Amino acid sequence: MKENILIPVKKIIAFLYMLGGLVNLIIQTFYWIFIPPFKKERILYQAKRAGFDSLPLISLIALFIGIIMALQTAYQLQRLGSEMYIASIVALSLVRELGPVITALVVAGRVGAAITAEIGSMQVTEQIDALQTLATNPIKYLVVPRFLALSFMVPILTLYADIVGIFGGYLICFLKLNVSSSMYLNLTFDSLLFKDLFSGLFKAFFFGMIIALVSCYEGFNVEGGAEGVGRATTRAVVTTFILIIACDCFFTALFYFIFP
Amino acid sequence: MIEIIELSKSFNNHKVLDNLSLRVDKGSTCVVIGRSGCGKSVLLKHIIGILKPDKGKIFIDGKEVTTLKEKELNQLRLKIGMVFQGGALFDSLTVEENVGFGLTEHNQIKSEELEERINESLRLVGLEGIKHLMPSELSGGMKKRVALARAICIRPEIILYDEPTTGVDPITADGINTLIRNLHDKLKVTSIVVTHDMKSAYKIADKIAMLYQGRIIAEGSPSQIQNTDNPVVYQFINGLAEGPITEMEAVYGLW
Repeated sequence: MKENILIPVKKIIAFLYMLGGLVNLIIQTFYWIFIPPFKKERILYQAKRAGFDSLPLISLIALFIGIIMALQTAYQLQRLGSEMYIASIVALSLVRELGPVITALVVAGRVGAAITAEIGSMQVTEQIDALQTLATNPIKYLVVPRFLALSFMVPILTLYADIVGIFGGYLICFLKLNVSSSMYLNLTFDSLLFKDLFSGLFKAFFFGMIIALVSCYEGFNVEGGAEGVGRATTRAVVTTFILIIACDCFFTALFYFIFP
Repeated sequence: MIEIIELSKSFNNHKVLDNLSLRVDKGSTCVVIGRSGCGKSVLLKHIIGILKPDKGKIFIDGKEVTTLKEKELNQLRLKIGMVFQGGALFDSLTVEENVGFGLTEHNQIKSEELEERINESLRLVGLEGIKHLMPSELSGGMKKRVALARAICIRPEIILYDEPTTGVDPITADGINTLIRNLHDKLKVTSIVVTHDMKSAYKIADKIAMLYQGRIIAEGSPSQIQNTDNPVVYQFINGLAEGPITEMEAVYGLW
């Protein structure tokens, strides 16, 4: 009985411990960003891994999401005879919500998991200790390039996913519902305001930071061997997913009330 | 000179180092022997400042390591090379990049000089012509030698070795021992080697110190240790299954 009561208490303590560790990592990352030497090639390499290498997967998923959105919207709007509004609904849903969230979830699963596994393996094979013995700060060397790369690449990928998703919606409208290209494009751009684009990219910027920080944090805290790396990778992906959705909810509410 | 004074460290209420004191003279090789898991690697990590002690002091050439700020500690670390048990080579870098890491990271020299230093370090460990290989393409013995090349590339005044002969065949192990001895003679470095390989200890040591239950229980020249009358040291150096170490473990569990 006593043990059953202690389980949630232990989980709360573990959560608070993780929160403290994350805050510490955030502070140290921002500190080391401004400390020389600045090695831009390391950031560019991480940006290529996180951004350019994710393009095929993002393209595929964004295209499907655009198609699904158009079909589901058409199912509803055909009853009302308002198919022409599909373009605005697809564009707004993608730019404000689905684009950033889907991109972030894909990057978290593809890149975040790889970061945790890589840093975790370095931890268990004493490579992190070796970095320190060579007078190199592991946060400067490992976290800063990944943090900067993801913070800037997730918004760029989001913008790309928005365009591909809108193209997916266009394919359905043009090929299946006989909406002309010019009408689709006009309705898309007429419905979009700058604040819609800004809110989506702003969220994406934060999602990128979350992915980098949580993935690196879990990597540094790996204990044990290969099994520990596996556990940490799972934990990193689950935590990132939860934080992305929670943050999305928070920012959506914030933007709704600040810029109604 | 390295001087460790009453060093203590616990992990989860388990005391690993308990008032450990040790002195290593400049230019000498001290071998720390002891059972696996007795805290030998923990001792090395304290000397290079990766771990902070619960209590005690470590002086390297008069500087107190445990109180140094990050910047000062990094300056000190550039005078110390460390060879890890498994090599700890960076997986994503080539042998050349691994060996030159300490120098490139701190922009210390020009590229031609850097290449010469990398070649020289690899030549000293007998591994020329493998610069472009990745660590995953190397054998266990080669990894250890590349790790040694990485440690000496920064031209350290002190080298710390963590079980340099563990996990390699006897011939490679003897090659590594000869290499450590040669490096000591050529580069005049101060070395601390932790190992439980007695053959290696006798070959490379100027002084042997035995770590048991968190403290140094005996120290002396290889011949003094070989002729010890301490039953714990006697059991360990002769590799006997029965004796005070195993009797103590049977009663209290592993230290």
